[in-house]
Amino acid sequence: MSSPTSSSAMEEQNAPHLLEVAGLQVQIGGRSVLEELDFHLDTGQLCALIGENGAGKTTLLRAILGLQPVRQGRIRIHGKPASEERGQMGYVPQKIAFDPNLPIRTRDLVELGLRGSHFGFRGFFGNTSAAVAAALAAVDGEGFADQRIGRLSGGQQQRAVIAHALVRRPRLLLLDEPLANLDFRSTNTLVQMLGRLVREEKITVLVTAHDMNPLLPFLDRLVYLAHGRAAVGDVHTVVQDAVLSRLYGYPVTVLHHQGRILVLPEDPRRGMETACPGHTETDHGETGS
Amino acid sequence: MSTGFQDLGLVHFLGDPTIRSALWIGTMAAMLNGVIGVFAILRGQAFAGHALGDISSAGGAAAVFTGISALWGFLGMAWLAALILSGLGLKRAGERDLVTGVVLGGGLGISALFLYLDATGSSHSGATVSIMFGSLFGIPGSMVLPVILSTLSGLLLVLLCYHPLLLIAADPDLARARGVPAGLLETLYLLLLGLAAAISALTVGAILATALLLGPAGAALHLAGRPAQAFLYAAGIALFCTVTGIYLSYESFYWFGGTAWPVSFFVVVLVLLSYLLAAAWSRTGTVPGRPALHGAKR
Amino acid sequence: MFASYMLHTWIMASILAMATGILGYFVILWRSVFAAHALPLAAFPGAAAAPLLGISPLWGLFFFSGLGVLFLRLFSLLGRKDIAMGLLLTTFLALGGLLLSMGQEYSAAVFSLLFGEILGISGRSFLPMVLIALLVLLLVLANFRSLLLQSVSPALAAAAGISRSRLDWLVLALLALVTAGALPIVGTLLTFTLLVSPAASAQRLCSHPFWSLVLSVFLAETMTWLSIAMAFWTNWPPGFFVGTLGAVLFLLSHLTARFRSGLRPSADTAGRPGLSSDPA
Ligand SMILES: Nc1ncnc2c1ncn2[C@@H]1O[C@H](COP(=O)(O)OP(=O)(O)O)[C@@H](O)[C@H]1O
Ligand SMILES: [Mg+2]
Repeated sequence: MSSPTSSSAMEEQNAPHLLEVAGLQVQIGGRSVLEELDFHLDTGQLCALIGENGAGKTTLLRAILGLQPVRQGRIRIHGKPASEERGQMGYVPQKIAFDPNLPIRTRDLVELGLRGSHFGFRGFFGNTSAAVAAALAAVDGEGFADQRIGRLSGGQQQRAVIAHALVRRPRLLLLDEPLANLDFRSTNTLVQMLGRLVREEKITVLVTAHDMNPLLPFLDRLVYLAHGRAAVGDVHTVVQDAVLSRLYGYPVTVLHHQGRILVLPEDPRRGMETACPGHTETDHGETGS
Repeated sequence: MSTGFQDLGLVHFLGDPTIRSALWIGTMAAMLNGVIGVFAILRGQAFAGHALGDISSAGGAAAVFTGISALWGFLGMAWLAALILSGLGLKRAGERDLVTGVVLGGGLGISALFLYLDATGSSHSGATVSIMFGSLFGIPGSMVLPVILSTLSGLLLVLLCYHPLLLIAADPDLARARGVPAGLLETLYLLLLGLAAAISALTVGAILATALLLGPAGAALHLAGRPAQAFLYAAGIALFCTVTGIYLSYESFYWFGGTAWPVSFFVVVLVLLSYLLAAAWSRTGTVPGRPALHGAKR
Repeated sequence: MFASYMLHTWIMASILAMATGILGYFVILWRSVFAAHALPLAAFPGAAAAPLLGISPLWGLFFFSGLGVLFLRLFSLLGRKDIAMGLLLTTFLALGGLLLSMGQEYSAAVFSLLFGEILGISGRSFLPMVLIALLVLLLVLANFRSLLLQSVSPALAAAAGISRSRLDWLVLALLALVTAGALPIVGTLLTFTLLVSPAASAQRLCSHPFWSLVLSVFLAETMTWLSIAMAFWTNWPPGFFVGTLGAVLFLLSHLTARFRSGLRPSADTAGRPGLSSDPA
């Protein structure tokens, strides 16, 4: 692997991956949450990070952002430590609930995406309106650009935060459970939008979810988390009885039905203790705060 | 009694050096509290702001006892409490209120002791009133310059950290993801809150300091549609209340036959009125986006 | 210190400590610490006005703490509760300060109202105080389950047909009553410490609802007795002892709870939905 000395190295065949996670171990409160995680993403991919509640999806995203201390392993963006490359990443947290009294319009929130980390006076100069308008357009947010963010609907708040993350033109966009509280139509709209970002803007998108089905049309890559380990690859290589059974440590069956995928424990009683990603999940999915 | 109907006695009013010091200090308190108050409300720390004001009374009382300047007394105790609160680093709102309450109780206990000691030392029998309810007209002119300098440095700090502070107020997670040192800014912000409380305590008294912090900022948040507006409105409303309060207190000497009503009384009442007016005004729908009935407190 | 003129103080303080211990338990569960701080301050002008009007301070306190509850509910409709409380308490305090400035012995009166006085109770207020305590005891026990359920899960309580606003009124009204009783002894500023510290400590130390209620009362009694005894010996204001003892008590119980649960992140009673914090 060539050392990343110049940016032209990226175009080469064996250039460093956009995101590379190697040998990652994370412990929280003495308990191991992620152990030996290895995967990589390349430019212009839509990747789903699938796992049950508590599998460690949020932990992994926070580790990539440098917000979660890592016990071992490395996380690199274009071959450089991710914590130094925060500027390349955009993040949309799972829980978004703005105070209705915030005197901040959608437009202002998006502008804070550019200036939110600027100390000193440079945050007060320069024209940002073109970049803000472009980010708003990318999420179809012009309609509520001048409304206070705290008074938008949940889906609109989410789009506002995505615009906030996009405005700096990140290479990697991390979204934590963006589909968790969306109805069928909003889910579709959001997935279409993410697909467009990946195809047209060549942004790499990493989405966590407990159900992979809505993402299937645009999915390039899948990271399937369970018990701190992951199975990685495209949908067809990962979502197989053998692979997932090994990951879970007990037999599971993958069912395909009209283009939808269902992962079920072979012994139905196991489903009582350990729900598998898929439709069974929704009955105890996280319903916000 | 019928003093200067034509000129409202303004020349006389402004010519008085006591009044000029009072106006300077009041102006500084208003600007700083208006600006910091907006952050305090947005972050759901109204109670913490209130507690810092109350606790600063212990410092004021200790200052009288030891003979140091009241400003440093107020400020020292407010900062001590701010550092304790930020050291505890409590995230959940309920937990934070609880511990803030306990710290507040301890601070007030100490305040009780010092005020008692002040009162038994015969020369300071009026200390309780002047510390708790303020004695703006009794502040020595030598205190004006330190107050101006510390206020301006506080405002400068806010300006330098304006965007990160705003992003934290919107959502701390988003700020952390951007690499903003949220913990450090939290401490800085609590220290600024302490500074605002101390200068407000100097102006309207320690237990009334909250009025300047919360009222104008709350009113401004009812009226403002965008961030910069909120800060400008808050500072403006606070300024109006303080200056008018000083003027009315000065004039009340003539209304009530030789006993002036306290400045703090007028300021607090004006603050309350402007908050109620702003809240009512925002309900008429003139302001972009009607406020929710029960704001979520984080 | 057990002379006959102190007897009233001891008995009344014991009754009051019981009432604050019980009510404080729900103040903590409901996360309404700020309200517990604001209401005594709202009652302040009542005590200040009483000498001017020549009435018993207790009636003034009742009147103004009742007024405080009313305004609190009204203001909360205009926006956030915490701003409403901050403005309410400063306005009432400022009014009280103004009223006091019209009376005699301005500074001494202010001091004893703010920080309490062990001889602050006259024989006349004896009966009302007993009635207050009984009322608190009865109403809280009668609504114990509803109050508990409401604090644990508002959704479950609503499903069980428990009215949130009725309980809100109940807690605020009881707070106003206890405030009026406690204020002359402990003072305006530190009445809330009696409400907050014993109950918060008890909930750290004991997780069973009923026993932690009992523990809360016990701690409140201990704190009050110690404060009065020390105030008597030193001649220092009781508020000093109440405030600092409260902080020490909470610190000790917090450390005990930490120590007992080992190094695990504390799984304490925090995070429950309450009167003042309602993030959902
Ligand atoms: N602050 C924390 N303290 C203790 N444990 C935590 C904390 N955050 C996460 N965990 C634990 O780490 C595991 C992974 O959590 P998380 O990454 O949030 O899961 P997911 O996002 O996949 O639902 C969970 O078992 C959770 O209990
Ligand atoms: Mg998660």
